[in-house]
Amino acid sequence: MEFAFYFSAGIAVLATLRVVTHTNPVHALLYFIISLLAVAMCFFSLGAPFAGILEIIVYAGAIMVLFVFVVMMLNLGSSTMAQERQWLKPGIWFGPAALSLVLLIELLYVLFSSDVTATITGESVDAKAVGVHLFGPYLLAVELASMLLLAALVAAFHLGRPEAKELS
Amino acid sequence: MSWLSPEMADIVIQILKSLVIMLAVVVCGALLSWVERRLLGLWQDRYGPNRVGPFGAFQLGADMVKMFFKEDWNPPFVDKLIFTLAPVVAMSALLIAFVVIPVTPTWGVADLNIGLLFFFAMAGLAVYAVLFAGWSSNNKFALIGALRASAQTLSYEVFLGLSLMGIVAQVGSFNMRDIVDYQAQNVWFIIPQILGFATFFIAGVAVTHRHPFDQPEAEQEIADGYHIEYAGMKWGMFFVGEYIGIVMVSALLVTLFFGGWHGPFGLLPEVPFLWFALKTGFFIMLFILLRASLPRPRYDQVMAFGWKVCLPLTLINLLVTGALVLAAQ
Repeated sequence: MEFAFYFSAGIAVLATLRVVTHTNPVHALLYFIISLLAVAMCFFSLGAPFAGILEIIVYAGAIMVLFVFVVMMLNLGSSTMAQERQWLKPGIWFGPAALSLVLLIELLYVLFSSDVTATITGESVDAKAVGVHLFGPYLLAVELASMLLLAALVAAFHLGRPEAKELS
Repeated sequence: MSWLSPEMADIVIQILKSLVIMLAVVVCGALLSWVERRLLGLWQDRYGPNRVGPFGAFQLGADMVKMFFKEDWNPPFVDKLIFTLAPVVAMSALLIAFVVIPVTPTWGVADLNIGLLFFFAMAGLAVYAVLFAGWSSNNKFALIGALRASAQTLSYEVFLGLSLMGIVAQVGSFNMRDIVDYQAQNVWFIIPQILGFATFFIAGVAVTHRHPFDQPEAEQEIADGYHIEYAGMKWGMFFVGEYIGIVMVSALLVTLFFGGWHGPFGLLPEVPFLWFALKTGFFIMLFILLRASLPRPRYDQVMAFGWKVCLPLTLINLLVTGALVLAAQ
């Protein structure tokens, strides 16, 4: 199981790197989908099949469809690729990358200095256990998230109502 | 023969069974292209393809020879990587989803605890075939088809998932074999979950992009939509993928609502595969009959129907089922 975890985690990191460095927006989104699938595989190998399959359904199956939809509508052509290439000059990405490297070193230091001995045991958490936890100790977080989504829904409805189009 | 230990033999047998199921699904999908044309012809008072072999049964062979020897042409303006990837996704996504279908008590590829969710995931990924094909073709009609497909997807995917949650609430499991066993012990879900069946059937037709939800490839308005630039075997993969989707959704309807491999009233438990095949065949015929008889609505009508009729129906179904399950405890 550890092999499966590191294998899919490696694919996720590589695919995400290509999302950042690719100049064609739709190809970058394709790599993003692969990255999400690889993260889902990480969940599977850690023994959380419910979280993994939800990652595919919600992120790869629904949210990314919206992303691809919008990018397709914009019909970004070769001018965007030229602009992306402009932005990917070493002088621009060197500063953020160096700062991120410092953070990565700090993360690695924290990970290796603390003696956490958690290992991948291969036992799987079923959907029932996830539900019991969500609606038990984490009920407040679920309710807050639902309120946030409701607010977003009301805002979207307000922007999309027929009268808004007539006024403009 | 020292390597042939009992465990090894089990693994080999399981792999062979999986291969047989996969081949059977693909062959069924391919043969459906002839069955559909023939049946449409007969219902419309003409013969359909009846020249090759007895009753035209070898038409599939003639079609395959034609498609394999056609030039596999990529137009110069397409995005080659995504153009090639789209038909692969179209054919494989719903074929992979078939692994969760329990065909008989002993036959079936994977017995997943999250079986039903696995189908949702694969149905969600199947959309990318249409989206990528439409975008990479670099063609107005293909792009319009892809836009219609994504708009449609956003409206049917919500009630596709919610329509089956009543079943999950009653069984208490996402596992397909648990669902079939529950139906054998109690009653087929077509009776207590009739609203779920109606909405899931509509969503299932939409998943396969079949008539009357084939706005992405409406021939009359946008000349075959997303696969307008495809030729040869790439086009054939879209074609076979659509029929595999029909087989897949029919098998899923049988498993979820019509007791899977069980006969009505416990009749003839010796022939589980026969019951499964008969019921699946019935739904495949229903898919073809729908195409022969219904006109195609506009795609904004489809979206309005999805959000304003099907979504409230599934929510009411889920609420009532949840209340009854709680009351029974």
